[in-house]
Amino acid sequence: MLELAHFQVLSAALFSIGIFGVLARRSAVLVLISIEIMLNAVNVNLVGIAAFSDRAADVRVFGQILVVFIITIAAAEIGLALAIVLRVFRNRGSANVDELNVMKW
Amino acid sequence: MTAQLIIFYLLGAATVLSSLGVVLTRNVVHAAFMLLVALLAVAGIFLVAVAEFLALAQILIYGGAVTVVVLFAIMLTRTDDQPRADHSQRALAMLAAIGVFGLLVVAFVVSDVASLESATGVATDGETGFENLALGLFTDWAIPFEMASLVLLVALIGAIMLARNLEDGE
Repeated sequence: MLELAHFQVLSAALFSIGIFGVLARRSAVLVLISIEIMLNAVNVNLVGIAAFSDRAADVRVFGQILVVFIITIAAAEIGLALAIVLRVFRNRGSANVDELNVMKW
Repeated sequence: MTAQLIIFYLLGAATVLSSLGVVLTRNVVHAAFMLLVALLAVAGIFLVAVAEFLALAQILIYGGAVTVVVLFAIMLTRTDDQPRADHSQRALAMLAAIGVFGLLVVAFVVSDVASLESATGVATDGETGFENLALGLFTDWAIPFEMASLVLLVALIGAIMLARNLEDGE
């Protein structure tokens, strides 16, 4: 029997994998990929909750609608962020987050 | 019902394993392709949860667009020497990730959303998410939906402006 807890645990696992990627990776592109994994963890959670609780007409598939917006924002985010990474790489010759420390005191 | 559970476990294992591959592999291009596998497996999980439209959108947007953009970015930011893929703070990051995982699982168990909402389980017999999603999206959420398209347009123009080569002239 599939339960909501299954979706929640999967979501938690994906989210922590994403956190590990964001903190441990050096390449800015890999950090962005890890952020995509975290956003997908949120989507899994929302879709799970929508499948289990959004039956009444007044909350009609609210979770799925939120996921539509998250996917939109995620697409905008990855496009913009990769453009910034490209620009940084062109200006500074590196896209590794630990070498981009000009604003660090 | 058990078939549903088995499919969920298979897809969940594929998602988690390929996500682990994304954050653990040393090869950047392998990471991008494993991201593709993870995102497609998530699309399958959406199908299990009766969210057909989201599964299609996931395959189109992530499988099609995002992976290609990421591969292009990897190709364009490539340097010859890639001595190591990870920070020195890797162990600390592992600790943080495990901590967050434990915290989230405990929070989910304690809050127990399912029992609050009188959950009835995932629908199986002929019910689709399409109709309800479309109704919600084009009635209550019509204005945010249009604003999302505006956000996408602005992000596109911004990305083009940022990535353009300014030295080439206008």
